[in-house]
Amino acid sequence: MSEKVVKKHHREPLIHITKRESMAWWKAWSIRGVAILLALAVAGVIIMLVSDLNPVDVYVAMAGGNFNLEDPSQTRMMWVTFQKVAILLCISLAVTPAFKMKFWNCGAEGQTLMGCVAAATFMIYCGDSMQPALLFPLMLLVSMLAGALWGVIPAVFKAYYNTNETLFTLMMNYIAISLVAFLEIVWESPKNSAKVGVINLFTKGGWLPEINGNRYLPVIVTVLLVCILIFIYLKYSKQGYEISVVGESQNTARYVGINVKKVIIRTMAVSGAICGLAGMLLTSGINHTIYPDAVEGQGFTAILVSWLASFNPIAMIFAAFLIIFLQRGAGAIATNFGLDDSLADIVTGIILFFIIGCEFFIRYKINFRHSKKGGVD
Amino acid sequence: MDAVVNWLLMFLPRAIRQGVPLLFGSTGEILTEKSGHLNLGIPGIMYMGGVSGIIGAFFYERFAGDAYIGWLAVLITTLSALLGAAVMALIYSFLTVTLRANQNVTGLALTTFGMGVGNFFGGSLAQLFGEGGSLSVKRTSEVFCKTLPFADDLGAVGTLLFDYGFLVYLSVAIALVVAWFLKKTRAGLNLRSVGEDPATADAAGINVTRHKYLSTVIGGAIAGLGGLYYIMDYTHGTWSDGGFGDRGWLAIALVIFALWKPASAIWGSFLFGGLYVLPAYLNFGDNRSMQYLVSMLPYVVTLVVLIITSMRKKREHQPPASLGLPYFREER
Amino acid sequence: MSEYTPVPAIELRGITKRFGSVTANKNVDLTAYRGEILSILGENGSGKTTLMNMISGIYFPDEGEIFIDGEPAVISSPKDAFDYKIGMIHQHFKLVDVFSATENIVLGLNEGGKYDLKTANAQVQEICERYGFDIDPTKKIYTMSVSEKQTVEIIKVLYRGADILILDEPTAVLTPQETQKLFTILRRMRDDGKAIIIITHKLHEVLSLSDRVSVLRKGEYVGTVNTAETTESELTEMMVGQKIELNIDRSDPQDPVDRLVVKDITCVNRQGVRVLDDVTFTARSGEILGIAGIAGSGQRELLEAIAGLQHLTEGDIYYHDPKTGEVEDLRNKTPLQIRELGVRLSFVPEDRLGMGLVGNMDIIDNMMLRSYRKGHSAFLQRKAPRDLADKIIDDLQVVTPSAHTPVRRLSGGNVRKVLVGREIAAAPTVLMAAYPVRGLDINSSYTIYNLLNQQKQNGVAVIFVGEDLDVLLELCDRILVIGSGKITGLVDARTTTKEEIGLLMTKSDVSGGEPNE
Repeated sequence: MSEKVVKKHHREPLIHITKRESMAWWKAWSIRGVAILLALAVAGVIIMLVSDLNPVDVYVAMAGGNFNLEDPSQTRMMWVTFQKVAILLCISLAVTPAFKMKFWNCGAEGQTLMGCVAAATFMIYCGDSMQPALLFPLMLLVSMLAGALWGVIPAVFKAYYNTNETLFTLMMNYIAISLVAFLEIVWESPKNSAKVGVINLFTKGGWLPEINGNRYLPVIVTVLLVCILIFIYLKYSKQGYEISVVGESQNTARYVGINVKKVIIRTMAVSGAICGLAGMLLTSGINHTIYPDAVEGQGFTAILVSWLASFNPIAMIFAAFLIIFLQRGAGAIATNFGLDDSLADIVTGIILFFIIGCEFFIRYKINFRHSKKGGVD
Repeated sequence: MDAVVNWLLMFLPRAIRQGVPLLFGSTGEILTEKSGHLNLGIPGIMYMGGVSGIIGAFFYERFAGDAYIGWLAVLITTLSALLGAAVMALIYSFLTVTLRANQNVTGLALTTFGMGVGNFFGGSLAQLFGEGGSLSVKRTSEVFCKTLPFADDLGAVGTLLFDYGFLVYLSVAIALVVAWFLKKTRAGLNLRSVGEDPATADAAGINVTRHKYLSTVIGGAIAGLGGLYYIMDYTHGTWSDGGFGDRGWLAIALVIFALWKPASAIWGSFLFGGLYVLPAYLNFGDNRSMQYLVSMLPYVVTLVVLIITSMRKKREHQPPASLGLPYFREER
Repeated sequence: MSEYTPVPAIELRGITKRFGSVTANKNVDLTAYRGEILSILGENGSGKTTLMNMISGIYFPDEGEIFIDGEPAVISSPKDAFDYKIGMIHQHFKLVDVFSATENIVLGLNEGGKYDLKTANAQVQEICERYGFDIDPTKKIYTMSVSEKQTVEIIKVLYRGADILILDEPTAVLTPQETQKLFTILRRMRDDGKAIIIITHKLHEVLSLSDRVSVLRKGEYVGTVNTAETTESELTEMMVGQKIELNIDRSDPQDPVDRLVVKDITCVNRQGVRVLDDVTFTARSGEILGIAGIAGSGQRELLEAIAGLQHLTEGDIYYHDPKTGEVEDLRNKTPLQIRELGVRLSFVPEDRLGMGLVGNMDIIDNMMLRSYRKGHSAFLQRKAPRDLADKIIDDLQVVTPSAHTPVRRLSGGNVRKVLVGREIAAAPTVLMAAYPVRGLDINSSYTIYNLLNQQKQNGVAVIFVGEDLDVLLELCDRILVIGSGKITGLVDARTTTKEEIGLLMTKSDVSGGEPNE
């Protein structure tokens, strides 16, 4: 017995974190609601500091960036807001099946852009010559195929070689962006402008037709349709069920005889195809032109929207609206005060931090040393 | 022959300058990933590093006036860049380590936020202080750009090796130090074990949480220097909105290319830098569109490396085994 | 150091540990001296590992005291255990794959001075020479065999200065030659004055290696004997105890015919170990075939191989279709292909939430796992699964708020009921169940036994992997005993004894040493 070991008393640590079994859905959503309110408050304070607006005015001004508050009969602004919500929603819906499968599709940006490319190709080469009855179905089909192709490539490597899909899909984005930059020169108009310009400006060939004289509705209606379809696909179809099983446990999937490789590839084809559809809506229905930044980073934002909504397509409508509302609202404030419109990104970032952080309180329970056995749900 | 040499003397320094932000970024990301955290917020952190630096310089220039001291300006600028980037990385580690949030989502949110803050303050700071125009800190930038005094006397060698601001040398030095740290030190060994197998590290008495925090925050700070270099040296102290572009993503891609070895990231970043600027130095004649096809190269090369490493399955070339997974000791 | 010290290196007094309602260790006393090898013998679930985890700081005892060298000790973390010079070699190695042996050995140590891999390599080499380990310190873990990895674990605790070593089932993963090598080293360490405790259930190892044996049964301390003064049969009796009457109804098999013929199957795992070695047996309709064996002897692989989830390197699995009379070879078919052949095979896997069920899905959606493909519609039919879920909840008395509750939230026993219920509902011709009553209370266990018996009476070939010998003896018709991936015996459950099965189970390689092939 040369040296004595210092005796320590066994003590529970001050804070002990345990995994929650589950939480009532309304509790979970109220935690998220509180997080959003907190985030709005913090964002409001920041905007207040840089813009001299008082807190209430900040939110009024934000609303003013989305809706024409002075003259509600002027609906253009509102429609643009809804249209932007629709595009973001569409891409968010697209990435959702992949995420449910725990496949980190960070390539929505590129997949959407490929849809834009396909649509632009049709508009340029066939927009004025092909019958609309043939043109639009074909354009739709090829755009979706183009998006699907961009999604399937990383999926194949994931399925067969377990190649990291996060990084793979990220790289695919930039390849798509370079491709569009290349096509911009090929299709440039006028010569040496390095821009494609509005395609078929006068004939409107290949432009998505208006509904009732409203040029925003086609996009919005299509996306709402997609939303319902994805909701049904995920919840009620056999393929959607397989996606959930593979996402939860590949072992179980194999045990019940699901071909995991096939499901990975098929799901990414679906995911990419819907991105392709979003790209077509963007190019043929909204922009009528193509440029490398056409998707405006919504491919990334969509990942966050899908996650915010806990992969629930219906909740995603609200999540997409929230993000667009903030982006356009903050953008408007920035413009009014001569500030940079990146204010919108700051506000989005803050909201995301709060919601990401609040998930912890939904999934884990914090027990303090003296509280005997924190309550059970 | 002379034409080729001249072309190289133009091209190579440019490739190196282009590679430096990537090198900072990927060195920082390697350090972060070695703790098991895939930080997709690096692009945002680099923006933040750049804008914090320029803000530091801006205020120092405004308030110092005639009492302006070059080295102090550099010190303040660099410290504020480090601080800005470290705070961002701290947000990331708080969310992913303590709150165990999903790393991909957190990283993307951080990038959104960082680019927002960068572009906002970069674009509005002058406005906020009623000066108008774009934010520019020429005076401090000149100090950053100062090359070695004997560079001009050494001809081609001088142009290739000594004609750079100090951050270029710092980037290589940091990469070498990180390489040495990971490979040759006890702390480096412990850190690597955290990224490979946190449960084993935990059982061996290593404080997993502390290692994750430290490597993420220090890694973020290093990446932030990439943004600083870009602003203060590469663009000579002038902010342009979105100018930093996709360099942050490229830095993350470079990590794979370098197979998680900072020493390989050194030549890798110069290669990527070269590929990045190559289109501008090639003569495509009338075929202007070709340069955009060439600009795909860094990404295509990264993809090929990614695919080959996943096919070869050589264990030393794989990402840290627990990359992207949260660690919770009591996980059932 | 080498002379015998009368003060025990470690002494446990009245140790009790409970997990919820389960008592894993009850009032256990134990002493180990320096310069001796103590075996802790017991069946699965007898609480051996729990007890050792309390010495190595992973668990903290609810009651009782631990003395080290006669002084009371508090061990509340693995680090405390290190400080008391206690080193445990777990069954599941804690090693970083891409590190070298030395890197793993020095990991986490806070020795002063410069970190120098060369010196460390030399030190590791020195330990190797002292005890006769044969290992290259610079070799990477992922290129090592299981035995080499174990060696690294042992060197790791020695490097940290441990002089009380605990080894949990160290021979479970070793070949006989490797086992002999390990024993030589353990003896050398004993002679060096270390206290060595090995947890095992292999009788011949106990007899050949240890100085004393302490026996645990169902969490309780049975007694300690000197190896020199005991026999195999005495130890077996101490380990398995008296036979307990359970009163499970057992009918005689009705017209048994061959249903599943497994012939010479061999299965090699990723580490290159033959987890199944030349296994042959026949499962017949209308009978329950029990599979007995120490946990991890290949039971899991055997069932998975039949279910199409393990790749066979050799052998065939023939299924005799009761309707058509045709014989199908199931070898290396996927689960889906097996299903498509019309083979109605149900399988209750051991890993219920990792394989049999999806934890985050509710009971209804889990019911669909087997049947969701039915019909040509692209959409799911939830009516039938919902009815099935309600029926199982009623019939098996599953305690759950509703059929919409994620199964992850149910208690272990209820999860098992849901799984067994679903597999039986598929009207199988072959039903395989691995440990279906593990964690269930008595009543629920009997519910499951009755279900299995019903299946048997319906002419199903039932394969039941169990761990409680009393249950196997009363439930099954025949019992197949498996040890280290080999069949070590096939006995009639009506005439055999617990001792006979116990001996067959602990016989790690077939005595007589008949060479394979």
